[in-house]
Amino acid sequence: MVRDITLGQYYPGKSFLHRLDPRSKIILLIAYLVIIFCTFNYLSLLLVTIFTALVIAISGVPFKTYLKSLKIVITIVIITSILNLFYGTGEPIWQWWIISVTANGINRAIFVTIRIICLILASSCLTFTTSPTDLTDALERLLKPLNKIHFPVHEVSMMMTLALRFVPTLLEETDKIMQAQKARGADMEAGNLFTRIKAMIPILVPLFVSAFRRAYEVATAMECRCYNGGSGRTRMKVIHMTKRDAVGFIGVALIIIGVFICNIMMKKVI
Amino acid sequence: MEFISAQDIYFSYEEIEVGKKVINAVDGVSLEIKKGEFVALLGHNGCGKSTMAKHFNEMLLPDKGKVFVDGDDTADESKTFDIRKKVGLVLQNPDNQLVASIVEEDVAFGPENLGVPPEKIRERVDSALKAVDMYEYRKNAPFKLSGGQKKRIAIAGILAMQPECIVLDEPTAMLDPSGRDEVLSTLIKLNRENNITIVLITHYMDEAVLADRVIVMDAGKILTEGKPDEVFSQVELLKKHRLDVPQATELIYKLRGCGVNFDKVPLTDEECIKMLEEVLK
Repeated sequence: MVRDITLGQYYPGKSFLHRLDPRSKIILLIAYLVIIFCTFNYLSLLLVTIFTALVIAISGVPFKTYLKSLKIVITIVIITSILNLFYGTGEPIWQWWIISVTANGINRAIFVTIRIICLILASSCLTFTTSPTDLTDALERLLKPLNKIHFPVHEVSMMMTLALRFVPTLLEETDKIMQAQKARGADMEAGNLFTRIKAMIPILVPLFVSAFRRAYEVATAMECRCYNGGSGRTRMKVIHMTKRDAVGFIGVALIIIGVFICNIMMKKVI
Repeated sequence: MEFISAQDIYFSYEEIEVGKKVINAVDGVSLEIKKGEFVALLGHNGCGKSTMAKHFNEMLLPDKGKVFVDGDDTADESKTFDIRKKVGLVLQNPDNQLVASIVEEDVAFGPENLGVPPEKIRERVDSALKAVDMYEYRKNAPFKLSGGQKKRIAIAGILAMQPECIVLDEPTAMLDPSGRDEVLSTLIKLNRENNITIVLITHYMDEAVLADRVIVMDAGKILTEGKPDEVFSQVELLKKHRLDVPQATELIYKLRGCGVNFDKVPLTDEECIKMLEEVLK
């Protein structure tokens, strides 16, 4: 279970996407995610799918890792598409008792499946090609205007950096505690849902205790390295926009225009 | 001139209550560390050596007594930043010291806090990583590295801040022999080539032998100090306080007890072999 989580993983590389300014990557991703949910007919859906595939291809990250990131959400995709299948409107094609399937429902199911898959793939693309520090640094800069209303921008971005850094460490620890409890005869697989939840307590308690101890030590280590908040801090990597970012913006703009044209020219399917 | 000087310091982790006996983790210690020196602070678990280390860069303040770093009193809050810039502390667990998800970004964390200009940070990070022989791992994720490699990254993180002194709290604990060698040779190199003052806190006698000076602590007090051969020749004293001496020293000590004549005590296996060869001739 632990090995499958790809959250916050970064694949160093030199592709076009790796070299984009992280700020433009975030903005472009948000714009793109919105446009994925503005596809109302098959042509625009195809357009979005092709674009996603193209982005994955130029990211230079092995396709296997993308599949891994999909693996976790596959249940959500299946459940939502099944639900959508039965919630269509219009003439039923197939009916049994109170369950009915309509053409609209089938379309909906297909759209939801493809949209969610594109959404996950596009977001993975961002995290795979951007180092977590770059990502949080970019967020810090994008959110800087919020400083005016006393929103702790630097603190939030530091917390995110640390959280991303400690996700694998804490997962590893959970694994270790689980094995330790199993070695002492804890049974986590047997019994009904209730007993299984109860069996998680001997894992969660030590995990929390060690997480707090760890947090205290991390804070000490940070103080040892002269950390005292965001003021007076410099960054090793200076991020700035280049022509490359302009190309990225144009690419996404073209897709947005394309989707809108499709939506105007063709009939809505859902 | 001494770089760090502790003057009769006391420290206790317990709340001071009237009528209750307070156990001091550090119980009246005075010591001096000179610039460019390689000092080993030796003692078994719970003797107060880690507590002592935290006094050197103001992570802890003494209950009584004073600590001076390069002439600055650690009790002076306005000097905190300067003191931590001069004295880098490497803690025991490297997992909890690495704050970024990429090695080079973690090493850059210290200089970034110091407000060093970006292009200078790059230089410092590269040279720090080269100094600990981890340059080719600069793009890796820390959690995928081995224990010894993580320790070396933690040392590089402090090194990039270009401190004048590095204090290391049991840098070789939990490492296998090759990991220990990696870390120790890095420290010796830093001391000899870059002239950085090193304070090595350890409970391994074999490591203390490498230092210019050894300070032995027991129950919050300094037991003895001096050059490694001076300290380890006091075998009875160390044994009485449940401390070991290097194996080579112990062998010669025992042979002496049997009536074999040796003029000095060896510290390393090689020395020991040489001495035995001479006697056997």
